[in-house]
Amino acid sequence: MDGKVKKFIENFGWPRIIIAAFLMCLFASTPLVGVRLDTSISDTLVRVGMNGVLVLAMVPMVQSGCGLNFGLPLGIISGLLGATTSIQIATSADIIAKSGAASGGMKYALASALQTGARGPLLFASALAIAVPCAAVLGFVYAQILNRVKGEEMMIATYVGFSSVAVMCMAWLLLPFDSAVMVWGYGGSGLRTTISTEGFWRHILSDFGSITIGRFYVPTGMFLFFAFMVFLVWAFFRTKTGTAITAVGSNPEFARASGINVDKMRTISVMFSTILGAVGILVYEQSFGFIQLYMGPLYMAFPAVAAILLGGASVNKATMTNVVVGTFLFQGILTMTPSVINNLLKSDMSEVIRIMVSNGMILYALTRKTQVKR
Amino acid sequence: MPDKEPLLRVEAVGKEFFGNRVLEEVNFSLFPGEVLGLVGENGAGKSTLMNILFGMPVIQQTGGYEGRILIDGQEVRFQSAFDAIDAGIGMVHQEFSLLPGFTVTENILLNREPTAYNPLVEAFGDRIRTLDRQAMRRRADEAISLLGFSIDPDTLASEMPVGHKQFTEIAREIDRKNTKILVLDEPTAVLAESEAEILIQALRNLAGKGIALIFISHRLQEVMDLCSKVIVLRDGRVVKETKPEDATVFQIASWMVGRNVETPVASSRRMADTEVILEAEKLWVDMPGETVREATFSVRKGEIFGIGGLAGQGKLGIANGIMGLYPAGGKVAVTGEKLPLNSPAVSLSRNMAFVSEDRRGVGLLLEEPIDWNIAFTAMQVQDKFVKKLLGGLIKWRDDAAMRDAALDYIKRLEIRCTSHKQRAVELSGGNQQKVCLAKAFVVGPEILFVSEPTRGIDVGAKKLVLDTIQRVNEEFGTTIVMTSSELEELRSVCDRIAIVDSGRISGTLPASSPAEEFGVLMMGESLAAADIAGGNADGR
Repeated sequence: MDGKVKKFIENFGWPRIIIAAFLMCLFASTPLVGVRLDTSISDTLVRVGMNGVLVLAMVPMVQSGCGLNFGLPLGIISGLLGATTSIQIATSADIIAKSGAASGGMKYALASALQTGARGPLLFASALAIAVPCAAVLGFVYAQILNRVKGEEMMIATYVGFSSVAVMCMAWLLLPFDSAVMVWGYGGSGLRTTISTEGFWRHILSDFGSITIGRFYVPTGMFLFFAFMVFLVWAFFRTKTGTAITAVGSNPEFARASGINVDKMRTISVMFSTILGAVGILVYEQSFGFIQLYMGPLYMAFPAVAAILLGGASVNKATMTNVVVGTFLFQGILTMTPSVINNLLKSDMSEVIRIMVSNGMILYALTRKTQVKR
Repeated sequence: MPDKEPLLRVEAVGKEFFGNRVLEEVNFSLFPGEVLGLVGENGAGKSTLMNILFGMPVIQQTGGYEGRILIDGQEVRFQSAFDAIDAGIGMVHQEFSLLPGFTVTENILLNREPTAYNPLVEAFGDRIRTLDRQAMRRRADEAISLLGFSIDPDTLASEMPVGHKQFTEIAREIDRKNTKILVLDEPTAVLAESEAEILIQALRNLAGKGIALIFISHRLQEVMDLCSKVIVLRDGRVVKETKPEDATVFQIASWMVGRNVETPVASSRRMADTEVILEAEKLWVDMPGETVREATFSVRKGEIFGIGGLAGQGKLGIANGIMGLYPAGGKVAVTGEKLPLNSPAVSLSRNMAFVSEDRRGVGLLLEEPIDWNIAFTAMQVQDKFVKKLLGGLIKWRDDAAMRDAALDYIKRLEIRCTSHKQRAVELSGGNQQKVCLAKAFVVGPEILFVSEPTRGIDVGAKKLVLDTIQRVNEEFGTTIVMTSSELEELRSVCDRIAIVDSGRISGTLPASSPAEEFGVLMMGESLAAADIAGGNADGR
């Protein structure tokens, strides 16, 4: 019995046990400080679902030895392209549908299909259908860069992420979108910084089979989707190619001696990570209700990095458990600390506290990283 | 020697690395002005001995050493290289430790520069004293002229030929006023013959001035010319201490390599002249530190072919080049068909497998379990351990088959582990080597390259590994090309042995040939040049 407990602690790791205990304390203290426990848990669950796939986007690159995917903004940008395009399609379709059957043919049939109950799922699917190929192309280019800087991937990835955000800041202004819900009101061109997904695909996953009891809410659909993505990644790493990628991450020289094309495997993993980033941001936005453009994606990589490290992953080894546990702990702390402390101090400092906590966690997680490596 | 106290006395020094004994009961003494030649094969313990003498931290970190070292009759136990320098020991390293952007003078006097007063010293203390360039120049000139060699003291280290770098490094050591003992680790290895001669002359001058030298070299003729005493190390023991006039190059070579030259070697089976399975013609391989320049040899089907030679001569490059791990060129044919080089996948698909000498770097997935290590290559190259799902669209890893194969090899090769899921990094060296062998066997190769199969593993595992290699050769008729720096090991396992020197095959002999002949080939002398009967070898 004693041995079992020891073994469990060893596997799970002290840092996670301490953080989990701290999180439990936060939940337990909610009645004392006047915060509702049920909404707290709901908030935490929603945030886990929102961020889960983004954290999952770390896994392929970690496994192939490309390090943590600090270039996550690149995937996010692909997702944003899908999201904005799907809304453009919807508004264009709305105009065609209103103009009546006169405009005729295929176009009209499709446009009127978007006026039915299938509107949300169809639009979300089209967002995915656009985002994934974009991510594949960007991921391929990203991989070629990373293959030239072996050993320095994480530094370079960070700057690839940053500079892609900067480039897109211009692109968002220049791309030929004209949907009234997306462009700036005064100029009539250029996308706004924040676009609502209301009326398009807001909560399209979250509300699928969701459970609401009083103020307690479980976004079942979002969790099912997250679970499906986790399964996909898990299954991928059980295939011959997935095994080869893991070996490349574990020892590239060994893989090369076994006849593996190391650069090709790394490329596949980077593309996979970028695609997961694109899917992840769509999941995030449908729950959040808004598309955030311009500087929005800039710092999105850091919470995801912190979560997976907190979950016990190292720079070249990550499991599905790391993803799920890490996301839950990180988002749990991030949700609970501000609300509890806020109520204790009786003043509104939630934003300040959230920044302190999230950056503190990232700092903690990144210092842990070097420990794991040695 | 008269009964005065020697400058340096080494008494019963021994050293163990993680249960692996590398030095045992080493005794010698050194008097002022004496030149001690230290020779031995790679791994005989020369470097470890010098590390102990020089107080290198690696010795402390691995549990210190046994025995005593006395300087001027006082026992010393150095904690760091600084202690050794203070005690008057200088060392010239194999790798140049010069600052490339500094001049010869600056390099020689680095951190010992004579300085001059300037007014700022009053305010900031001694750290701000100016360099006394003239005095520096003078001292550098002095040190260089002591060597009997001329270098412009203002040349940058980065712009000098290697020979001059070596002189600069030695000059740096002798500039130190208290240097009493100077250790030179293969100082002539990078020098041209004429430069080497000048260096030898310079070292004689130094010895004449009362500095004691320890000279490590593979060039035996130099050792004979220079030294007043020669110590031969083998397997961590001093096997012979002699004066150069009492021995020949030939004898020293046989002391170095032969465990027991008289004992007949195990392998004396006659190979029938079977067909040639592997043929290399003018093979070159650009493997750092093990460059192969022009190797031509052929291996017959079913034989165990050994490749021997000293470290750095290129013997390891041959297998690595044929397996596509390092850039290579020339002509290689497998079963008569030309093999395209530079692609590990192609070499593997031609039914060849490789057990690398770099076990931890290339041979293993250290962080992965045993079954992964064993099955990976076969899975990727031959689609073994793969279940095809959806009509071959998905190639699913077959964990059950991997486990069975791993368990089978764990039993057959007696791999000591907790389970097939134990990570490779947790295994001992010998068991790791067995995993590497299992990985190669799973592929079912026709030709198996095994490099340094017994390096860094204990005696019991050594025997098992060698027996396994022989068994596979006998049972499955696998042709084996085994590379090793231990000649005795090659002689006990192989049918024929090729010796590599300076990137070329200097000769191929049946394993039953006398050890001396191999020794001579290793030294880069041709058999004809060395007069075997008289035991009298000429210089190069």
